[in-house]
Amino acid sequence: MQQVAIAPQVNNAHIEVCDLTAAYGDYIVQQYLNFSIQRGDIFIIMGGSGCGKSTILRHLIGLQEPAKGEVFINQVNFSHAPHNQQEQIKRSFGVLFQSGALFSAMTVAENIALPLSEYSILSKSDIRDVVDYKLALVGLAGCADLYPAEISGGMRKRAALARAMALDPEILFFDEPSAGLDPVSSRRLDELILELNASLGTTIVVVTHELASIFAIGNNSIFLDAEAKTMIASGNPRQLKNECPDERVRAFLNRGEL
Amino acid sequence: METTTAVNTSAWSYELLPQEPDTLQMRLAGDWRLQSGIPHVETLVSQIDSSPKLQSLNFDSQQLNSWDTALVVFLRNFIHNIQARGIHADLSGLPAGVQRLLNLAETAPSRGRDDEMFEKDSLLNHVGETTLEFWYGAPKALNFIGDCGIALFNTLRGRVRFRRVDLGLLLQGAGPQALPIVSLISFLVGLILAYMGAAQLAMFGAQIYIADLVGIGMVREIGALMTGVIIAGRTGAAYAAEIGTMQVNEEIDALKTFGISPIDFLVVPRLLALVLMIPLLTLYADLVGILAGLAVAVTIFDISAFEYYVQTLRTMEMSHVLVGLSKAVVYGICIAIASCLRGIQCGRSSAAVGQATTSAVVTSIVFIVITASIMTIIYQKLGI
Ligand SMILES: Nc1ncnc2c1ncn2[C@@H]1O[C@H](COP(=O)(O)OP(=O)(O)O)[C@@H](O)[C@H]1O
Ligand SMILES: [Mg+2]
Repeated sequence: MQQVAIAPQVNNAHIEVCDLTAAYGDYIVQQYLNFSIQRGDIFIIMGGSGCGKSTILRHLIGLQEPAKGEVFINQVNFSHAPHNQQEQIKRSFGVLFQSGALFSAMTVAENIALPLSEYSILSKSDIRDVVDYKLALVGLAGCADLYPAEISGGMRKRAALARAMALDPEILFFDEPSAGLDPVSSRRLDELILELNASLGTTIVVVTHELASIFAIGNNSIFLDAEAKTMIASGNPRQLKNECPDERVRAFLNRGEL
Repeated sequence: METTTAVNTSAWSYELLPQEPDTLQMRLAGDWRLQSGIPHVETLVSQIDSSPKLQSLNFDSQQLNSWDTALVVFLRNFIHNIQARGIHADLSGLPAGVQRLLNLAETAPSRGRDDEMFEKDSLLNHVGETTLEFWYGAPKALNFIGDCGIALFNTLRGRVRFRRVDLGLLLQGAGPQALPIVSLISFLVGLILAYMGAAQLAMFGAQIYIADLVGIGMVREIGALMTGVIIAGRTGAAYAAEIGTMQVNEEIDALKTFGISPIDFLVVPRLLALVLMIPLLTLYADLVGILAGLAVAVTIFDISAFEYYVQTLRTMEMSHVLVGLSKAVVYGICIAIASCLRGIQCGRSSAAVGQATTSAVVTSIVFIVITASIMTIIYQKLGI
């Protein structure tokens, strides 16, 4: 395993992954994973399709339990925390799922209002204002009362982003944010991610294999490989592009220029 | 090898020609198109097996007119076979496009799971997996039932975590909208019950007891049972499909990341809807069934409507109604839990949604029949 050095600033890492093994039953997807994500980072989890990126993301947000190893959030052992504490920690997360995962039985506005009405003491009209503001942020001001089935794929992604941001999470997770988007929408989403990161200091974890996004937004990354079943590189993607000793990683990051 | 083989159809044809003692040439000709089929390689391979000295094979495609996947698949199969026998295949005589496609299929990495050692469909494997599934599934189901109990208890204590709008829609879907089908089925069942019973009772001149038979039969057993089965097929299936689709669409995961338990948010309102609506539908079904009995009595067995009414009132007791209603409540719980459990356990594909729906209906009906028998026996023993 080749590793480009990551500065082990273990002490104030926002997310810390220790010797993680991710498996479905006996089938190991990834193992020996060690990495940490600093507060305010835009962290990319990259790799070919089927290498286990989504699976690792599901471990980070507590939807799957590690077969082995731990995930620490804010130095708290998230993977083995009691249920209450896990729920507490989860409230600092916002997640944008690969398919958007909007609740199809609710309008866009109701989708965004749901987390707000669950966890806050806001009045109905306050919630409506917050929803309007979040929708305006993602450029969907006129779509509040449409159902997810009535808007396009790109708009669904943005609505889902508005929902993920509803409670101003400390960490935002994205699974393939640009999948199924045209290049322009995908650029806009990247800009939005950068903006959120700069203005709110949100830690951002992105699963993607889009080179344009990787270089545009990432300042740290790991590279997962399906054959090796583990990470074969980590570090700033722009540096990895030229300096990574591993042939596979350089090939992946330079594939547009063949 | 002296013989040459030539195979001809109107479309494709090939020929094996010996060139040197250890070399063979394959001549391809005609149109190799999928619509005219792909030749089998077995006969070719057995011919090659009969000439053990063969070292290499080359191709001649000058007569070849046109080709598509048919030719590539045929060649790929053939080449794999001869390479497995240590014979060298020289592709240079093939059209450049065919060569490139063949190489592409060789070099593209194909990844399969290496842990599937057993034949997927062997009987033994199937039995084993089903047993394991049941073994590991049972505790999960019990867990789920426990969680539902806790969530329901919390809801009744006033910690409502679902949207009231949802409950309203669910009540409407499970109740009023089921009235037509419940009317139809319970009327027919009442009719059959009255007719079959009366035919026997008439032998003793005791036709008037149709009222007892239909009244007690509907109210204690059949009203609730029929309503339960109808709702299992109608509403239970809908719940499983709906929740299963939410699972496919990652909506359940999204709920979990908001810290909202899918049980609080999705299962409890459905449980409440069925527990409230099935007893009401059962009362309605009882009434329709009794009316059907009345219709039979009046039109076929010459009993007056008033007589029938009085006889029904005389035999009917509150305890009969309560027994029927208690069963209805239990069926409601069974259907809600079975369908929501199957929905939540659904995999991430459209086929899985279909399986979840089927399995929800089957499980609900099995539970209904089992609890029906158990409760009937218990009530008999208690003398209620
Ligand atoms: N629910 C599941 N059960 C079993 N295996 C799964 C499941 N989901 C994904 N996998 C397997 O795990 C591997 C990684 O999947 P995934 O994390 O979705 O990859 P990626 O997101 O990198 O494309 C794949 O080989 C896939 O077949
Ligand atoms: Mg994925």
